[in-house]
Amino acid sequence: MLLGPALAVSAVLFSLGVVGVLLRRNAIIIFMCIELMLNAVNLAFVALSQQLGMDGQVFVFFVMTVAAAEAAVGLAIVIAVYRHRETLNLQNINLLRG
Amino acid sequence: MTTIAFWLFSGVAVLSAFLCITRRSPVASALWLVCTFFNIAALFVLLDAHFIAAAQVLVYAGAIMVLFLFVIMLLNLGRSGPGDMKGPWGRVVAVAAGVVLALELLVLRLAVPPAEFRLPPGTIAREVEARGAVQAVAQPLFQAYLIPFEITSLMLLVAIVGAVVLAKRRI
Repeated sequence: MLLGPALAVSAVLFSLGVVGVLLRRNAIIIFMCIELMLNAVNLAFVALSQQLGMDGQVFVFFVMTVAAAEAAVGLAIVIAVYRHRETLNLQNINLLRG
Repeated sequence: MTTIAFWLFSGVAVLSAFLCITRRSPVASALWLVCTFFNIAALFVLLDAHFIAAAQVLVYAGAIMVLFLFVIMLLNLGRSGPGDMKGPWGRVVAVAAGVVLALELLVLRLAVPPAEFRLPPGTIAREVEARGAVQAVAQPLFQAYLIPFEITSLMLLVAIVGAVVLAKRRI
């Protein structure tokens, strides 16, 4: 019975994550917004698992492990970039822009 | 009662997510994100996913956000310097894209799953009641999804090695 509202909350949280990614220039905050988007998707999975069976909750586990691995590797990249450039502002990190 | 609790938790979750993306200091952003994660865990409890809620608090609010705060403190980003927001034009584009995306997702919400796939209401709650919150999740995880589970362990190993290789000054 909470399916519709839960999906609505999930949609709003996901959009807030997207707005955060588009709005900020700090690499760590953009990273946190990506975590927020992953969490919104988890909420949608759990909400739909009420109607479509337990597999949704199993998938949330896989999303959580991928998020943990992604956070570890991503923060390692952030540390490596900061060591070279002394900044996390993405405007100054444009080596791949060509 | 459940409905009131649901809207309370989701309201706090959305509000703290908004504060997370608008605060200037990275530490404040991270703490508001922890608040969001706790409220999403509460929503998981209301949606009969008790074990997922516990894992959410342990893994997200506990481990991942501690890692974020640790990196913020390690790089000494805690002081609030000049803002890192984009200019007024960038803000307009970001908010417009976000509103359009939210409307699209809210329209997509109207597509209900077909009736032949749908379980009768309360099935998950009864299953959790009968078998316990852990077993209800663990049984499909270790039977139908055993191979993805093993691949996940391999991926975690690769992530550990990759993080060490990337972050270490000299190997």
